[in-house]
Amino acid sequence: MIPVGFEYVRATSVDEAISLLVEHGEEATLLAGGHSLLPVMKLRLAAPEVLIDIGRLSELSYIRVEGDEIAIGAGTKHRALEASELLAKECPLLPAAAHTVGDPQVRHRGTIGGSLAHGDPASDLPAAVLALGGTIVLRSPRGQRTVPITGFYTGVFSTVRDPDEVIVEVRVPRTGGAGWAYEKFVRRANDWAIVAVAVVDGRIGLANMGPTPLRASAAEAALADGASIEEAAALADQATDPVSDVPATAEYRRHLARVLTKRALTTAAGAAG
Amino acid sequence: MKVAITVNGQETTADVEPRLLLVHYLRDVLGLKATNIGCDTTSCGACTVLLDGESVKSCTVLAAQADGSSVTTLEGLSSGPDDLHPVAAAFRAEHGLQCGFCTPGMVMAAVGLLSENPKPTEREVRDGLEGNLCRCTGYHNIVRAVIAASGQDPDEVTGTSPRPGVERSPAGGVAAAPGFSTGGAE
Repeated sequence: MIPVGFEYVRATSVDEAISLLVEHGEEATLLAGGHSLLPVMKLRLAAPEVLIDIGRLSELSYIRVEGDEIAIGAGTKHRALEASELLAKECPLLPAAAHTVGDPQVRHRGTIGGSLAHGDPASDLPAAVLALGGTIVLRSPRGQRTVPITGFYTGVFSTVRDPDEVIVEVRVPRTGGAGWAYEKFVRRANDWAIVAVAVVDGRIGLANMGPTPLRASAAEAALADGASIEEAAALADQATDPVSDVPATAEYRRHLARVLTKRALTTAAGAAG
Repeated sequence: MKVAITVNGQETTADVEPRLLLVHYLRDVLGLKATNIGCDTTSCGACTVLLDGESVKSCTVLAAQADGSSVTTLEGLSSGPDDLHPVAAAFRAEHGLQCGFCTPGMVMAAVGLLSENPKPTEREVRDGLEGNLCRCTGYHNIVRAVIAASGQDPDEVTGTSPRPGVERSPAGGVAAAPGFSTGGAE
């Protein structure tokens, strides 16, 4: 499968990438790892006229502590998240979720910024960052703004990112010894989640339970009010809107959300220290 | 556009369309046909090569993205049939293939895995090869091959009893590894 022809430009800095986005307008698309974009281009579901490659920008590849947060460059690859000793210690949910993305070859190319920008509701990292209460830093000719991930997604594959904005950073809290777990249900190797549940510090993020990643707010509230794990997990599918498709019916997804939430909360309770 | 990619240690350059995939650059521009195209959808891993030392699926990388990088294909691993790379030798010794279609990608994924994790457990090998599909072998002997190539005894690591009368493969002893293996205690 061959994509429709396009012009390729390799940006040498984030500022240059932004200038190129301004110059080419909505005909241009950013290319990082390309593991969401190139498959849809090969299927000709997308046909951007200009690809602006930001995949090699070292200024977008870092993981560092900043106060009570960890700042992660948007171009950081899944493999780097997975292998980060800093994250393993300070925010272990994120590398655990990153480890379940695709397969090693995919994780060598895919980036956290690309995964968040793509906005596939079945993706792992958006649900994990949502459970973490992370924020997304975007840069454009108008300057820099920070958007909490709770306000980032507007629908399937849709975000509040403007066409001339580049995601430059993802910020997540240092969760230290807080209990956490990532439960992902798949039926084939290297597949997307049928449903996945991320839990950290009493917050619950759901993947593939609606058009965007969702918080299981009813279950979280029940937990905060002293409900048992069983009681809280039974509420995990409230206010969700899962689809029925080839891998699973909506009702089965609701069942999975409850079961996986119970498992994740149980694991997180055992892991808290 | 012009790309310059070091492939198996050789500098290569070509004028290509930006949409040319790396796998087509390797096969059609350079004529290196060991790298197979299987699913063409980033699933099967048959097109796996090393890009700057890391395993990638070359059906999902543009040649343009590899401009200025180093690529290793199966052709670049061994100098000849009598001097196989340890991973290729282990695949032969452990019968880690049947039809052979997945093998170039499987070997390259295994080389990438061992560079990140030189002494993997059986579980780590199975996880590490998650991105490579084989429809013949049931993976058993592929896993043994990767363990043997890591210098470990596949019988020991997989908890398989050695077959009676067959010399145990010494650690890293790819050349002395036993032939066809059905696994399980005998």
